[in-house]
Amino acid sequence: MLFLRQLAFLLSTLASVLIAGTAFAADLPALVGGLTAGSFGDRETAVGALAASGDARAAPVLEALAAGQLYVRKSDNAVLIGKPDGNQLALTEAITGKPAGSGSEAGLDRVRVNNRLRGIIEAAVGSLTLMSPDPRVRRGAAEALFKRRDASSLGALDTALAAEKDPRIKRSMSEARAASVLASDAPTAQKLEAIALVRARADRDSLGVLVATAASATDPEVKAAATAAAGAVRQTLAAWEAAQNVWYGISLGSVLLLAAIGLAITFGTMGVINMAHGEMVMLGAYTTFVVQELIRTSAPHLFDVSLLIALPLAFVVAGGIGILIERGIIRFLYGRPLDTLLATWGLSLVLQQAVRSIFGSSNREVGAPSWMSGAFQLGQINVTYGRLWIVVFSLMVFVALIVVLRKTPLGLYMRAVTQNRPMASAMGIRTPRVDALTFGLGSGIAGLAGVALSQIDNVSPNLGQGYIIDSFMVVVFGGVGNLFGTLIGALTLGVVNKFLEPYAGAVLGKILVLVFIILFIQRRPRGLFALKGRSVE
Amino acid sequence: MKLGSIMRTGLVAAGLLAGAAGSAFAQGAPIKVGILHSLSGTMAISETTLKDVMLMLIEEQNKKGGVLGRKLEAVVVDPASNWPLFAEKARELLQKDKVAAVFGCWTSVSRKSVLPVFEELNGILFYPVQYEGEESSRNVFYTGAAPNQQAIPAVDYLMANEKVQRWVLAGTDYVYPRTTNKILEAYLKQKGVKQEDILINYTPFGHSDWQSIVADIKKFGSAGKKTAVVSTINGDANVPFYKELGNQGIKAKDIPVVAFSVGEEELAGIDTKPLVGHLAAWNYFQSVKDPANEAFIKTWQAFTKNPKRVTNDPMEAHVIGFNMWIEAVKKAGTTDADAVIDAMIGIAVPNLTGGISAMMPNHHITKPVLIGEIQGNGQFDVVSSTPLVIGDEWSDYLPDSKDLIADWRKPMSCGNFNVVTGKCGGKGK
Repeated sequence: MLFLRQLAFLLSTLASVLIAGTAFAADLPALVGGLTAGSFGDRETAVGALAASGDARAAPVLEALAAGQLYVRKSDNAVLIGKPDGNQLALTEAITGKPAGSGSEAGLDRVRVNNRLRGIIEAAVGSLTLMSPDPRVRRGAAEALFKRRDASSLGALDTALAAEKDPRIKRSMSEARAASVLASDAPTAQKLEAIALVRARADRDSLGVLVATAASATDPEVKAAATAAAGAVRQTLAAWEAAQNVWYGISLGSVLLLAAIGLAITFGTMGVINMAHGEMVMLGAYTTFVVQELIRTSAPHLFDVSLLIALPLAFVVAGGIGILIERGIIRFLYGRPLDTLLATWGLSLVLQQAVRSIFGSSNREVGAPSWMSGAFQLGQINVTYGRLWIVVFSLMVFVALIVVLRKTPLGLYMRAVTQNRPMASAMGIRTPRVDALTFGLGSGIAGLAGVALSQIDNVSPNLGQGYIIDSFMVVVFGGVGNLFGTLIGALTLGVVNKFLEPYAGAVLGKILVLVFIILFIQRRPRGLFALKGRSVE
Repeated sequence: MKLGSIMRTGLVAAGLLAGAAGSAFAQGAPIKVGILHSLSGTMAISETTLKDVMLMLIEEQNKKGGVLGRKLEAVVVDPASNWPLFAEKARELLQKDKVAAVFGCWTSVSRKSVLPVFEELNGILFYPVQYEGEESSRNVFYTGAAPNQQAIPAVDYLMANEKVQRWVLAGTDYVYPRTTNKILEAYLKQKGVKQEDILINYTPFGHSDWQSIVADIKKFGSAGKKTAVVSTINGDANVPFYKELGNQGIKAKDIPVVAFSVGEEELAGIDTKPLVGHLAAWNYFQSVKDPANEAFIKTWQAFTKNPKRVTNDPMEAHVIGFNMWIEAVKKAGTTDADAVIDAMIGIAVPNLTGGISAMMPNHHITKPVLIGEIQGNGQFDVVSSTPLVIGDEWSDYLPDSKDLIADWRKPMSCGNFNVVTGKCGGKGK
């Protein structure tokens, strides 16, 4: 720690030097060379020396080191920065930034870093970049210093605060300063002021700062204030936690909805116990993988729309296979639920092994397009774009399905056939064709679900297995044959699961949900929303 | 799990892998080697690779003229991730095919299922996966890591280098994570970690919705003390777990995760850029710079005709186990099980990380422990390594097993010798 303080002190001096606009060059090549040799401990010293050299050219070198992009060329020991460029590395000289051609990893030795070193580099770069012209970099630097809470960064923060214009960044910086004050041996009054500032922030990181202060403070006044503040922050966080559980529940519910909604058609309206439903989901996910592979090799610029391209294809692939299954197997087994169950179960194994033979047994990587990666903070809730889009997508699929069933001729035929087959047949509807199309529609929707699930789960031959039980649970719970029941059922199960999980644990939580459903079915054998009147055969 | 049994692909895919070279000297019937790894079902993802590596090793050995002047012949069976079927297939290999040795199993439950068969029929099993310990059988050679060769050094590393004070022990709900976590909990408490600084969490196999658990970890980690996660999460559940860590912005420098079941093969399905710095503890990493390792990777990629195919720790365990078996057969001059079992102890062969691994009297081997950090390219950078560590079958940190040792040399010949009572036979098997 002593070393850290020295380092940070040097850095703060360095910062003031930089303001003055006079970067002085030390023996930079020797210092950079020091980064590349010896143990991790030696490298720590070298990072310190480099930062202390006060050379502006040091920052990119340190950043490259932290990112694992600093290399030594084996032939001449030159220190280079290598940025990935296709299968090659685009090389630049570390110190001068001059391009140095490209090369493969084979002729280069990468300089290794560990977590500890990365933290030290981040703090070093953080202190350096407090004065950066880019506001986002300044803010990031302030946040990094808040988390490090090191008394020695006070000097740099004071300098930066004085120069800062943007009120939001100013706030971040004063919070970082407060955290540093709490780690220093400042007088009580200053510390109390700092506690108030940190308390107002009221998030997980500030709780960490307050708890640590309460634990280490020797001054009873500071200790009491920190404890009280930590209590207040905890209370705020508890309220957010409940909101967060609801969001997680909706997110899990939307996944369940996606997986179950196709089944709500094949099982719910047609009455086919389709154990191969999960495999349709899997086929959708593999379609996404194939589409992404093709895009990667032939049209990389289309990567961001790869999922949109995959959607119709997955629908067609899974739906087509669904129709084949219906025509080839299931139509011979109508009215024989046990035989259907066994046949589709066997089929699911055949499909799994087929995929395993074609694509191999290991997981396949399906990338997230840029608009689905990352997250944003909603108060204290961390909302990831991927999950948000899945919620939106599942609702879109749901609405689209309702429209198809209610507003299209196919939907009309489907409802007619499931409600009264002989009558529908007598009215001139070709019931076998409608059966095939209905099954195809359910399977196609499972394929769509696969595209979405490829974003959050393993794309492996076993993908579907994990969802089949849950899907049946949702459909049975919601009420067989009722799409709205499926929607409500999925969301209820999702939210209940997420509220149980923190108390009961994931394993017991699942068991409790299952027991709950079994008891519920005893009371209401037809699920939440039972279909009224004459129903499925 | 039972699904596999319906769908076994090809009962016996006995491949005659006679290489062309050196065949002039080979005489007599080939020596059969059994390969008992799931090629279908949930475990196929991990075990298929081990089958391939065994086929490669046998092919390479045959190019060198086999052993004792006889060729080797692989007998591949598919237990289809179905634990009872493992026992059936093991019986088939030993009784019908009369194999000289079996290389196989991945999960502890499959090993427990075949154990009685190997003891009854006096077969030899090489088990290549890191496991929870608390077992030593005369008929099994454990070439994977025992807890003291993986879990405990990893915890030591985090304590010493990252100053971790608070621990989340997260695992899949079955025997390996439960036993390992029991050992770790006892070890941490002995190191002065308080109960309230340990959070234990179990999830079902294939758990895919990690949102609230990761949020819990985040919450547990905001108590002002450095926190780390020790993960014994197994199999498919790892991918969504790591994705969720990345999503919720848990960086390795804030809360590092050290995993015992995540290797190069598991990372193949994930974008590892958000995971840089999370750790894994193994006895082998593909990235280890060693001539033996580089030669092995080259042979493997040529054998699989895939220049990007990765290697991992259980593969190295099979390499060591196979080479040890070859040496033992040479030493015994026969493939007879009793002679080979006795000859095995003391056999030392080079491992792939530049050291020599030896078979100890407790049927476990010596291995170095390597701690690696995940890199953006799906490989690991070794950040710490220990000298060779002897596998400790009966953990010193559990009250039930701390007095037990195993020693299969005569005259002791005991898998659970109690050093306090001086008798063979204590708790466990």
